[in-house]
Amino acid sequence: MITFGSRAGGSCQTRRAFGVLIRIDAVTKRYPDGTVAVDRLSLDIPDGAITVLVGPSGCGKTTTLRMINRMVEPSEGRILIDGVDSRQQPVNTLRRSMGYVIQNAGLFQHRTIVDNIATVPRLLGWNKGKARDRARELMERVGLDASLAERYPYQLSGGQQQRVGVARALAADPPVLLMDEPFSAVDPVVRKGLQDELLRIQDELGKTIVFVTHDIDEAVKLGTMVAVLRTGGRLAQYAPPAELLSDPADAFVEDFLGADRGIRRLSFFSSAGLDLLTGPVVPAGATAEEIAARDTGGSPRLLVTDPEGRPLGWAEPDALAAGPVDAARLLSYGRPFVAGRDSLRAALDCAVLSPTGWAVAVDDTGRVTGVVSQQAIGDAIRTAHAAGAKTEGATGAEPDGTAEPGTDGTAAKAAR
Amino acid sequence: MNVLHFVSAFFGDGAHWHGYDGIPARLLEHLRYSVTAFAIAAAVGLPAGLLTGHTGRGGNVLAFLATAARALPSFGLLVLMFILFGFGLVPVMIPLVVLAVPPILVTTYEAVRSVDPSPVDAARGMGMSESRVLLQVELPVALPVVLGGLRSAAVQIVSTATIAAYVSLGGLGRYIIDGLYQHDYEKVVGGATLVAALALATLALFWAAGRLAVSPGVRRGG
Repeated sequence: MITFGSRAGGSCQTRRAFGVLIRIDAVTKRYPDGTVAVDRLSLDIPDGAITVLVGPSGCGKTTTLRMINRMVEPSEGRILIDGVDSRQQPVNTLRRSMGYVIQNAGLFQHRTIVDNIATVPRLLGWNKGKARDRARELMERVGLDASLAERYPYQLSGGQQQRVGVARALAADPPVLLMDEPFSAVDPVVRKGLQDELLRIQDELGKTIVFVTHDIDEAVKLGTMVAVLRTGGRLAQYAPPAELLSDPADAFVEDFLGADRGIRRLSFFSSAGLDLLTGPVVPAGATAEEIAARDTGGSPRLLVTDPEGRPLGWAEPDALAAGPVDAARLLSYGRPFVAGRDSLRAALDCAVLSPTGWAVAVDDTGRVTGVVSQQAIGDAIRTAHAAGAKTEGATGAEPDGTAEPGTDGTAAKAAR
Repeated sequence: MNVLHFVSAFFGDGAHWHGYDGIPARLLEHLRYSVTAFAIAAAVGLPAGLLTGHTGRGGNVLAFLATAARALPSFGLLVLMFILFGFGLVPVMIPLVVLAVPPILVTTYEAVRSVDPSPVDAARGMGMSESRVLLQVELPVALPVVLGGLRSAAVQIVSTATIAAYVSLGGLGRYIIDGLYQHDYEKVVGGATLVAALALATLALFWAAGRLAVSPGVRRGG
């Protein structure tokens, strides 16, 4: 449980290794022309986690992010970094302690990739050799081939450039990363890769990440905590993504989440609890007696596997009993899900895509561990919802901001 | 008699290669005027252009001053300055500097202002000081255009420095003015050829400077 007020000052040192807490305290940004970009926003950003600011354009999410490193100065209120007012240190010292990633990466076109990444270490006074060694190390961490080190930004694809942007932000090992719509300008396939990479890097490094996006799917995927802002710069809801999907605070949040939030919420439930049937699974070449002895558990067809136990396809029991069925005449089993690792959403997706309405569960090596019907998945969803409602009732009683980020979110994220 | 004949006669005459009126001496004088004027113009125009381009402020004032300066005829200014200051280098330097500052100032301003704002934003967000942002992020990217402004200023100075001869100074203008006065067209054409060659050499120098100073990461676009 993160309790900001009661934390002793002495523990800051140990905390710093994982990141720092950022407290946005009643901050307002009003421009000279009277426009209010952010309106009395208060937000406690937990350390070592990804906090996503999401909302439609004009909701002040980018302004909020830019106030954290003082690219924009708040008109009212204050921002505390690890308990200290952000205005208490020189602005450039503050900024060098926070990695900054922007849309389109913003690379320096006149510098090579390795020198781009070495920017902040050089600003901090590292010598060139040490800064470049560090830069090469980071290239590896963000999945960039070492051969790109001496290239210039124009020679890289958009996705590669954005990886360089992330590496550059990580170069001086800052406790905080500020990311302003970093993946918005790349195509969906590359974006998914970058998102997965960010989650992987975050697993290893445990930075305090503030991530701005207008894409609710990205917010739900990446966020440990998600702050939904509404036009005019006011906070609509601040919650772990699973809670956001199950209990939107109001019509605005519900509308912003979109029509399929119920389906998307299933991403947060593990498929581990599904009751898998092995009765309808038979190896190719099973005898007629073996087939007749099977308890199909209501499945109209049997799933045929190869000798290693990998799925081949569905077949009618009668056809099978008559002798080996040609692989071409088997009904496609669709896409299997990995039991335990994939979410209920993946399992349901498999069942919906399967022509038989039954999903095939496999283990990590691709061997069938069982099959499950849409009906059974539906039962599991209802059970999970009922259990979820109980825990939500418990956390819902706590005041805003002190809710533990991702009690079920983190656990389920591992399951996704 | 054609121009080529004049040229070969002028350069073939051994007398033109020695003494205070010889080609080496006049060339050096011309270079001295040009380099001095260029240095002053760059010292005025570059910082002013970089600063206004970086801050984005003062663009209107700049445009007004540049237009006004361009409207001034160099020769008229020379005569006026000669009357004000008398003999010396000053009356020559003023029109040359006035001629060269606007292209330097305006192109530098435009070049810095048109740098992609996202790397500049990234640089600030990473904690670069404003001077570093200008010198290490904006200038390297703006450099090809900035060099273009310096180049056109330098070429204009080299061609216009001939007017120094009108106020009894040296330089390659000497050949042109003396030649016209003496109806020695060989000399006029020879002097003009030298000025043109020097202008071409200036272009080549800036081309080489661009190859050396502009990063390969920037050069591919321009």
